[in-house]
This record gives sequence, C-alpha cells and structure tokens, in this order.
Amino acid sequence: MTRVFVSADMASVALGADALADALAARGCEVVRTGSRGLFAIEPLVEVESDGGRIGYGPVGPGDVPAILDGSHPNRLGDVAALPFFARQQRFTFARCGITDPLSLSDYAAHDGWKGLAAARAAAPAEVVRTVRESGLRGRGGAGFPTGIKWQTVLDAKADEKFVVCNADEGDSGTFADRMLMEGDPYCLIEGMAIAGHAVGAGHGYIYIRSEYPFAIRVMREAILRSSHLIAPFVLEVREGAGAYVCGEETALLDSIEGKRGQVRAKPPLPAHVGLFGKPTVINNVLSLAAVPFILSEGPQAYAAVGFGRSRGTMPIQLAGNIRNGGLFEVGFGITLGELVNEIGGGTESGRPVRAVQVGGPLGAYFPPAMFDLPFDYEAFTAAGGLIGHAGITVFDDTVDMAHMARFAMEFCAVESCGKCTPCRIGSTRGVETIDRIIAARDTGPAGAAAVGGGLGKALHSRNPGRAATDGPANIAVLRDLCETMKFGSLCALGGFTPYPVLSALDHFPEDFGDGAHALPAAAE
Amino acid sequence: MTQGQAIDRTPPDPRDAAVLDAVIARHATMRGALLPLLHAVQEELGHVPDAAVPAIAEALNLSRAEVHGVITFYHDYRRAPAGRHVVRICRAESCQSRGGAAIEAAAAERLGVAMGATRDDGQVTLEPVYCLGLCAIGPNAMVDGRPVARVDGPALERIAIEVAA
Repeated sequence: MTRVFVSADMASVALGADALADALAARGCEVVRTGSRGLFAIEPLVEVESDGGRIGYGPVGPGDVPAILDGSHPNRLGDVAALPFFARQQRFTFARCGITDPLSLSDYAAHDGWKGLAAARAAAPAEVVRTVRESGLRGRGGAGFPTGIKWQTVLDAKADEKFVVCNADEGDSGTFADRMLMEGDPYCLIEGMAIAGHAVGAGHGYIYIRSEYPFAIRVMREAILRSSHLIAPFVLEVREGAGAYVCGEETALLDSIEGKRGQVRAKPPLPAHVGLFGKPTVINNVLSLAAVPFILSEGPQAYAAVGFGRSRGTMPIQLAGNIRNGGLFEVGFGITLGELVNEIGGGTESGRPVRAVQVGGPLGAYFPPAMFDLPFDYEAFTAAGGLIGHAGITVFDDTVDMAHMARFAMEFCAVESCGKCTPCRIGSTRGVETIDRIIAARDTGPAGAAAVGGGLGKALHSRNPGRAATDGPANIAVLRDLCETMKFGSLCALGGFTPYPVLSALDHFPEDFGDGAHALPAAAE
Repeated sequence: MTQGQAIDRTPPDPRDAAVLDAVIARHATMRGALLPLLHAVQEELGHVPDAAVPAIAEALNLSRAEVHGVITFYHDYRRAPAGRHVVRICRAESCQSRGGAAIEAAAAERLGVAMGATRDDGQVTLEPVYCLGLCAIGPNAMVDGRPVARVDGPALERIAIEVAA
C-alpha cells in the first residue's frame, strides 16, 4: 500500500487538504496526516513515500490523485526539503513539523523526542537553568527578556507551589508559528514545559490557547492525554481563551486563567514572584518553551552559535499578507528584512510593488522598502522605532492607504482595550476620531472635515464648533501628542505600543495623511 | 467592549437548569473554573442565558456582578442565541492586505446582515474575527467552525449557499 503524507494543519485544511486526503484514501493509500511544512504556495501538498524518499506534489486537489499516484502530475516538486525556501532555513524548533504524525509518540521518539527532558531530569534544576541562560534564549513572545533569568527568579522564589504557564494566545495578525507548532509538533511544547517544570520546581502547567485556534486546542489536549505518563509527575492542562486579544498580555492571561476579566495587572510584582493564583510562575511564549528541548539535547552552544548581536539562536519568522511565498521560515537572527520579503518571500502575490511591511503584529511598526536593510534583531528593530514582536511580517502592496491602516490600529486598540487604564481605553477612541478628521481633511479639505456627520459631527459641534480643529496639520499634531500619552501612560503593551504603527505610518508615509504631515517631521520623540 | 443590556431575570427553563447543574457539577473542583464553565454552558445551550448567572455565581462563590462582568468582557460569550449558521470574517491586517475589506463588505451585502449582527430570520450571524492565524492565505473566514482560505467572490457565493440551508 502506498503511504502518503498530507497536512492536517488548519491552514492546509482551509485550502482543501481534507478533500485531498479523502481522495487519496479512496484510492487505497495509507494517508498519514502531518503538520504543515510551512510554505502555503505549494499547498494542498501531498508527499508520496518512495524508495528514494518522499516525493512532493503541490498545489494539488482531489482530481489530481490519479496523476499523482502514477507520477505524471506536472506539479511534482520532488524532495520538498530541498526546495530553496526550505534549504535556506535552520530548523531547530520546527525540525519535525510537517514530517511526523503530530500525535504519534513513536514518531516523536524516533525524531529525537524526549532527549531534552531526559538530559534535564539527569541534571539539577540550577544546572538546567544555567544551560538555558547560556543558550542566550530570549522570550519569543515579543519582549525578548532572557528566558534563563526569568527561570532563575522562579527557581529562587520560595513557595509551596509554583506554576509553568504557556502563553499560546497568539492574537497578532501575521503570526501563526505558535499555532503551527502546537498542531504540527505538540510534544515539543509539552517537553519544553516539562523541562521548565523540572528547572523551577513547578508541578503543574497551563497552556492558554486562544479560542480562534480550535485545531490547536484539540491536538494539544489529545497530546497531553497520550504523553501524561512520560511527563509525570508534571501535570499539564489546556485552558481555552474567549476572544480577548489583551489576554496575550501575560498578567491579563493569568487573570483569565483564574476565571476573571482579562485585565492587566500593574507590575511589580512580577509574575515570577506573584503569578498564577498568587504563586511564583514562569510564563513563556510557545516558541520560547519549544526551543528548550533542542537546547537541552544539543547543548547551549549549538543554539547560541547562530544569531546576531545579543539575539541568539533562531527565530521562526512568519511571512504573511500580500506575499508570494508566504509561510514559516525559521532562521538565525541577522537576516535582513529585504532578504525575507523579496528574496525568500518573492515579493507581493498581487505582483504590484511592495509599499509597506508591518513587523510584529497590530502593535508593530510599518516600514517602507527604503528600510529593508534592517537586520532581524531585537535591538536593531528597537533602534529603528519598531519591534520584532512575535516575528510576523505582513506585506502590503502599493494599493494600501496608510492613513486607513493607522486608523485601524487605533480602532483595534479601542475594540480590544481591557479598560483598566485611561490612555488606552479613551485614547484609542480619540485616536480613531482624530484620524477620521485627518482623512476627511485630506480627501475634501477642512470644509469637508467640518461636515462629517454622526458621532464625530456631534463631538465637533456639541459645544463650540471651533473647539476641534478640522485642518490636517493641527490634527496631526494632536495625534502625535496623543500617541506620546498612550506610549508612556499605558499600563501594558496594547495601549503602549499602538502608537508604533500609527507614528511609523505618519513618519514613513506622510503623503497618505494630506499636505500637513510633511510639515511636522517626527515631532514626537 | 460589549455594551451591557438590562439583565433578564427570568429563571432558567427546567431543561436548561438540568444542563446547567450537570455543567456546574463537572467544574466543581477545578481551579479558576469560570471560563471553562462558561464555554461548556455555551457549548450545550448555544449561549449563556442571563438566567444562568445566579446559579453559576453561587456554585463558584462569586457575586453575580463578577460573573456578569466576565461574560460581557469576553467577545466569545453570547447572551442571546446566534443564528443557525455563524460566519466569521477576519478583519485583521494580513487579511486586509489581501483585499479583506472588500470581502467583508460583500459578505454583509450578500448575506443580508450587518457585520456583528444576526439576520432577522435567525438564519445567519455575521461576526468579525481578529486573526485566525492563516495570514498568508487570506482573506479568511470561519463558517460554522470550518476554516476557509482565499475567500473571493465565488467562494463567498458557496458560503452563502451553504448557510442558506
């Protein structure tokens, strides 16, 4: 019987992988459902096992099955791993994703699984923490805080109970690495969490997964059931989010697990001291925890050997939006934005020129192609007025209206604000209104802006019609001022970082904000 | 944030009450049980009726205000039943970069319901979602829990026919 491999990843299924798998099964194939290889332009993808290794065909549909099985289909790709998109990668964390059956314990063990946990459990907790510190691993959720130092703090904390929490509330648009890892190699995350539990003295772990990821929730729950005897006495549990973006903020996430509204806590105290249920808690992103098994099994030097500056190891970068070769690209830090977007990504899918890329999700800055020599590195991006965040890169072609994207950033913040601090709760709504006035002035001149109806019209005319300025330059000054307030006055990154997309759009694409934008270069800062 | 509406104080009907009791019993010993409990109630009843709040509050030793606060904070919990079909369309940046705004408008037009609303005949609810994690193959939608990528005119037509049934 012919063995074939078809991804069951949510993205693959959305592209029609289930129908392909059914058609293959109907022709008598033994279908193994894997995770996704991570290049969506070749999906739905099937790999047919042969004496010379797996032969890939993609994109293909159910009607292509006969031609696939007799080897005559024109979309034959050969060895998928040898395609340029994959050959250039350094897959430390995603080594198994797309290759193994995600829920097969024997597959996992046969592909170096559980080696890291065995190495960790053979060592003292302090030794494990030292290994992670020496690897240079930094938090992959966005903040880039050294993981080993966080673990050390929890290890040193005295308490009757400690927790390990995995932040799998991957809400940033343009990111999907957490989802792919959980669906494609769940035991890798489980192993990483069990290592963390051993390292800090925690017996219980929680994985908080957003409800928008039903496939990941299902796979993780099943994987926990199947592997519980291997990680015992460590115990794991999945908690499902409920559609609140702000719960990706670590303290809001802890409140959410506790059964409360997902509101941000003031820090200090740090979660490492007072975390879940008031106990010392390691809270790490999926990718941070999933990097740990490799570090323990291969040694910290193997991980730290790649990278750039103080950003060590690899980053699973997500190429998203209007891009030809969208997908997951894991590589050492230091690769430039231009290489990622143009060489690897192949430019826009629409074939039009790239105008802007947003890096790091809804709170990340927009960069123009003029800045494509920027190396992928925490410090370099901070210096350039942005952040790498969770390493999602969303590409826009020249049809994008950057004033609308700036407005969307404020609108999103208004929808998702937890409401605890004023700059975020009120500022975001004022930001939407101000950008509406800027767009109205741009499109119709100040007279048009004054004629805006609805809630905005009321706000403009409720007291003194002259109170709110209607011309572009005055409103841009207000917007920059508002961004300053949000940046420095908000309790967490939602309100604090929403100014990044807004200000970067203003700074790099002033022509989209009307005549006034040029006159006020970088007034903020 | 969801705007609060007046709380419906009618007691749950007996069938709902039995379901509710069973769900509460299942979560009795769980730490931080409120969100999983509400998910389970919504799974069973299709929404979280206001009438369920007092029993949930009592079981978890919370005030009714705390439970109400949680239900209204999270976008997922419904205080009223959804339509027979739920179509969620992604509004986030990656889908916008691939023409999501036009699809969003076309979906509202074709399905005859505004974004965020349930059609008067109760057949379909159209909701925004902020990212399904399928960001290189948008615009994306979720139709009754099934992900659909690269939504264009013909795909939207197929969705409309599907939810008309």
